[in-house]
Formats: sequence, structure tokens, C-alpha cells
Amino acid sequence: MPLGHYLVLSGLLFAIGTAGVFLRRNLITLLLSVEIMLNAVNLAFVAFGRVQGTVDGQIITFFVMTVAAAEAAVGLALVIALFRHRESLNPEAFTSLKW
Amino acid sequence: MLALIPLLPFGGFLVNAFLGKRLPKSVSGGLATLMMVLSFAIALMQVLALAGMPAESRQINQTLFTWLTAGDFSLDLALRLDALSAVMILVVTGIGSLIHLYSTSYMHEETDAEFARFFSYLNLFCFFMLMLVLGANFLVMFVGWEGVGLCSYLLIGYYYEKKSASDAANKAFIVNRVGDFAFILGTLLTVVTFNSLDFNTIAMAVKAMPEEAAFGTLSLITLLLFIGATGKSAQIPLYVWLPDAMEGPTPVSALIHAATMVTAGVYMIGRNAMLFEHAPMTLHIVAIIGAATALFAGTIGLVQNDIKRVLAYSTVSQLGYMFLAMGVGAYGAGIFHLYTHAFFKACLFLGSGAVIHALHGEQDIRNMGGLKKYIPVTYWTFVIASVAIAGVPLLSGFFSKDEILFETFLEGHQVLWGIGILTSLLTATYMFRLVHLTFHGEERFHGAPAGAETAAAGAHHAAHGHDAHAHDTHHDHGHGHGKPHDAPWPMAAALIVLAVGSIVAGYVNIPHALGGHAGLHEWLTPVFNVTNCGEVSTTGELAGMMLEPCTPVEERNPEEHAGLELTLMLVSSLIAIAGIGLATYLWLKHREIPARLAAQYPGVHRLLLNKYYVDEVYDATIVQPIKVVSTEGLWRGFDVKVVDGAVNGAGYLVSGFSIVLRLLQNGSVKTYAASIFAGAVAVLAYYLWR
Repeated sequence: MPLGHYLVLSGLLFAIGTAGVFLRRNLITLLLSVEIMLNAVNLAFVAFGRVQGTVDGQIITFFVMTVAAAEAAVGLALVIALFRHRESLNPEAFTSLKW
Repeated sequence: MLALIPLLPFGGFLVNAFLGKRLPKSVSGGLATLMMVLSFAIALMQVLALAGMPAESRQINQTLFTWLTAGDFSLDLALRLDALSAVMILVVTGIGSLIHLYSTSYMHEETDAEFARFFSYLNLFCFFMLMLVLGANFLVMFVGWEGVGLCSYLLIGYYYEKKSASDAANKAFIVNRVGDFAFILGTLLTVVTFNSLDFNTIAMAVKAMPEEAAFGTLSLITLLLFIGATGKSAQIPLYVWLPDAMEGPTPVSALIHAATMVTAGVYMIGRNAMLFEHAPMTLHIVAIIGAATALFAGTIGLVQNDIKRVLAYSTVSQLGYMFLAMGVGAYGAGIFHLYTHAFFKACLFLGSGAVIHALHGEQDIRNMGGLKKYIPVTYWTFVIASVAIAGVPLLSGFFSKDEILFETFLEGHQVLWGIGILTSLLTATYMFRLVHLTFHGEERFHGAPAGAETAAAGAHHAAHGHDAHAHDTHHDHGHGHGKPHDAPWPMAAALIVLAVGSIVAGYVNIPHALGGHAGLHEWLTPVFNVTNCGEVSTTGELAGMMLEPCTPVEERNPEEHAGLELTLMLVSSLIAIAGIGLATYLWLKHREIPARLAAQYPGVHRLLLNKYYVDEVYDATIVQPIKVVSTEGLWRGFDVKVVDGAVNGAGYLVSGFSIVLRLLQNGSVKTYAASIFAGAVAVLAYYLWR
């Protein structure tokens, strides 16, 4: 399979994730969308790595996954804390941190 | 070895400044005195070593370290002992030791901490004064110059809880600033002109230059330096601080404001004799200012009633003599008078201190009189010093003053000579007015044997007892109230040594006319050999030409003018004796005459009593305008409107912008995410389509 296919798939996934971040009104869905964006990037890395015949892309992917796991843990914890506070998961409910 | 001379007093200062509170008085005072005595001993050894050298190469140099280098200009922290600074260090350490000794007794009523503070200042002063006279270049001298100014400030304001003392200290400091500013400018101009600050280098460079007929760079440099000297040495127009400086303890007046610091200006001119000699216009100004100051201060001294103020004006007047000598090119005579003056004026001030001590803080001579029999040691030493300063033959003041007057006359300044003679009459008169009113006549002091004037004197005492002196506590010490007591031994010892000095100090320099061989002159000749006679110029268009034909200085002196010198001596001796006689007639025999004269010419008397209203004139023309400009212009105008306005304006500007900019931070996570996304897209777009 040529590199272009992988990149198109990766771009599509990234677009889907971005759209999710902007359009959905649920914090948990937002986190899921961010995960999709990260995995889209991972796919691109792995594809480039395969074409170049090195393992660099895969190594970076492992790093991204580690960070993503940490991010998910912290993010979910924050979501729970926020929910206890406002009884809502809509990000528009949390805008008091301004000026 | 040379560095030890100033460093010993500095060590004393450090100990007393940091540990003084915990030391008993005997230790702190004793240490300070010991340091001065050691310093004197080393100074003496160094001067003897110096005397052992051949006359032309009499110099001991010590470079401690290179202070600064900038391009091809470099400056050392260097000390130099030569014939001139030798005289100065002996005066400073010798008289300084005696005054330290005197102070251990005079200041005894102070608490331990205050006592140590006094001695630490005194030692610090000696350190700076020695740096001033030993410095081999202008910068080291300037450090000393400023340092002694600082110590003068600290010591005038020693009784700082007293308003008049702290005011006087401020006045001294501020007036000195004016002079010091000119001194700095002069120094800077020296660097620009000669690319050096070393006195020797400058003298060598100047030597190759012709005398300045018109007003040029050298004249400007010397004039600026002289303005500096008028500040430090209390000459017109900057003399006003010295009389007020008498607020300090009396030993301070003796050491700083009579014997040493105020002579710094005279020394500075002597140090740069070559420079001044090439600027005849400045020299002329120096001579005129000196003579004018001598006369002016003498007339004020005639009517003052505070014992220390009379002496202060006398000091100003005598300093005027020294500047007169410098101005007519008689550098040796000026330094000679500086040296003799140090003895008799220190003696007079310490004597006045002993009188004040005996009378528990009384300073008004109208409340004294008849003290002769109570305090004989003080009396006799005071009289000897007065006779010396009056210029009675065979005492030190006679030799030095005569020499100045003779040289002035010989240089063709007959008018200045006339002023000098008149001042000499005034000096004799006001000194013996002081002697008579203090020691002779009826007893008018507080607690004197019953007399008609006692009540009046008591009233005066309340009004004029303005030395808020520790001696007020004397009453509780069982010294007795009625009888004034004579000076205790450390004070008496200092007085006697100085009185002996007042008699014999002049004998180092007996003029040729009296069969002497002018020893001090000979000693100072290498320093003051300022004519560029016989020098062949190596620079400029004068290259190869002889600058000035030789007329050896020595030939001028011995026989040719001996007759003239003797005549002038006779005149001034008669004048001195006449002055003493006049004072005796007016203030001892016919005390009603001065009062009648004062009543007859109330305007003149008031003018003199109020010191020609110079302080008031300065206040109206300088102090008040500066206050107005500072308050209305600089404070309410510049500071409030411009400075504060700029600061507040910057604040308003920032907050104005932020009213708009803070709208971006709206708290919505989605907006932030959108901004990040838009930014990422924009960056990508830039790289893809640029």
C-alpha cells in the first residue's frame, strides 16, 4: 500500500477528532475526540517509519501513547471533579475563569 | 612603612567604631591616643630618613596598588612623602596626639559609647587628613579631602540631638560641597589637560609650559582648585560654615577647625605651586581673597562675645594670611605660618575649652572675667598663645607673620601689605580683648563672689549657655559650684606643650635678616623651586629656547633687603604691641569706652555683631531661591507633574489597552481550542504557500 493511503486515513481521523472537539458538548466526548486526533498522528508516524524503514516512528508512537494515557487519567479525574462542582459536563458551563 | 602612618589611626577607628560600646573609656580613649602617638613616632622616623637624603631627591614613595586603568590612563593608590608633606604629617600627628590626650579628659563626662564614638571619629579624621597630605596624586588627595569633610560633619554634629549643632553640621557639609564641586571640576580638567593626576607628572608638564599671560586652561584649573580651597579653608565667599562649626566639642574645633583640616586648602596650593605659579591671574585672585578675608574676619572677631567664635573668626583671618602668602608666591612663608598657627591656635582653642570646662559650659565672655587666679595654667598658656598670634617679637607668630608681610611688600603688593598690617593690629586687639574679658577685670561668671553684675550674668547664663555640654552634669560631681577649677593633668599637659610650641616653633625658620638661616625655607626649597629658570623648552614652537633667564632666588634674600625686612619687622612689632595696648586700654582700663563707641555708632556695631549680615544675604539670595525653585519648580512642578505624570500615564495606557485585550480571555475552553487550531492552520498555511 502506498504512503498516500495511510496519510489520507490519518488526515480523515484527525479531521473527525477536530470536528468532535468543536462540535460535541460533552467533556468526555471531547476527551475521546482528542484521543482520536492523537491516534491519527500516531498512524502518520508509523506509516512514515515503515516507508523509511526505521523504527523511529514506532518509538515516538509509544511515547505519544504513554502521554495520552496520562492525559486521559488526569482529564477524566478533572471531569469528575468538574461534574461534582456543577452537575454538568457541558464545557460552556465552565467559563468563570476569565478576566 | 609610609602607609602605617595613616593606617594606625584607621585601626583605632575600626576598633572604637565596632567594639567601642563595650570598652571602658580608659581603653577606647587610650587606644585612640596611643595610635596617634605611634603614628607620630613613625612619621618622625620617616621624616628623619627623609632628612638624611640629598636635598634634591628628598622623596619617599610608596605605591600600594594600581587603583584604576582606563586606556592609556592609569592611577595608583600611591603615597609620597616629601619636604612639604613632612611638615604636614608632623603637624597632623603631633598636634593630633596632644588633642587626643586632651580629649580623654575633656570628654570624660560622656557615656562609654559616646566617648568611643567621639574617638572613633577623631581617629578617622586623622586617617583621612594623613591620606590628604600623603597622597601622591589628586585622587588620593580627594579621598582625604572628602573624608575630612565627612569627619568634620560628624564631629560638628557630635551633639546631634541639639538642633543648632546638627544645623551647623549640615551647613558645613553643604557649603563644602560647593567648593568640592569646583575641586572635582578642576581635577577633571587636569586629567583632560595632562592625562595624569600625579603631582610630580603635572609639575613636570607645567614646567615646560610658558606662564599664562591671559586667562587660559591653567588659570581655569587653578581657579577651580582655589574655589575648592575656599570651601575647605573657609575663605570668602565660602567661610560662613567655620564660625558655626564651633558647635562641635572644643577639641574638635582645635584639631579640625583650626590646626589641620582648614589648612588643607593652603597645603593644596603649596602642593601645586608649579601649577599656580604658571597662572599669575589666579595667584592674584588668591592674594586678594586672602587679604580681604583676613581683614574681614578680623573686624568681625573684634565684637563677638562667644569665646570660641572669636577664635573661629581669628582662624578665618589667619587662614587669609596664609592664602595671601600663597598668592604672592611666598609658598614657604605660607606653610611656615600654617605650621606656627597650628601650635598657637590649637593652644588657644584648648585653652578656651579649659575655660568652658572650668565654668561648666559657659561660653559668653561677658560672663567671665577675673579667671586668672582660679585657673593659672590655662591663663598662662592662653596668654602665651595670644602673644604669639598677636605677633610680638621672638614668638612663633612673629616670625611667620612677618615673613608673609615682608614677602608681600617685596613682591610689590603694597596695598595688600597695608591690609595685612591692619589685620595684624586687629589680631592683637581682639586677642587681648578676649584675654582681658576672660581672665582679667571683675568676676562676672555664674557663682562668682557677690557683685552687682552677678544677677545679670546669671540671666545671661540662661540665655547664652548654649553649649549643651556634658559639663552641665558637672554640678553633681562634687567639683564644687562656686570656684572654677583648673584643667586636669591631660588637658594641662597638652596646653603646656602647645604653649611651649607657640614660643619655640618659629625658631626653625629665623630669617637671614636676623642672622638665622631660614631652615624651613631651605627644607622646602626643592618643593617650591617653581621658576622654570634655565629650563630649555623641548616642546612646541619654543623648542630649544631658554624659557627664562636665571635669577637665583638665593641672591635676592640675604643682604640686599635685610634693611627693608628689619624696618618692616619693626613696624609690625610696634603694631602688635600697639594692638595689645589698645585692647588693654579699651577693655581693661576704660571699659566704658567700647560701650560708648558702640552706642555712638550703632550701625557699625550692629553690622559687625551680625557678621555683616552675610548669612542673611546668603539666605535671601541663595537658600530661599533654591527652596522656592525646589518646592514650586522641582517638587510641585517637575516631580508631581512630569515624573509622577509619566508613571501614572504609563499605568493608564496599559490599563486602557487591557480593557480591549482582556475580552479575548472569555473563559470558554472551546474558544481557546479554536484559537489554537486556527493558529496551527495559519502556521501550516504559511509554510505551504509562502
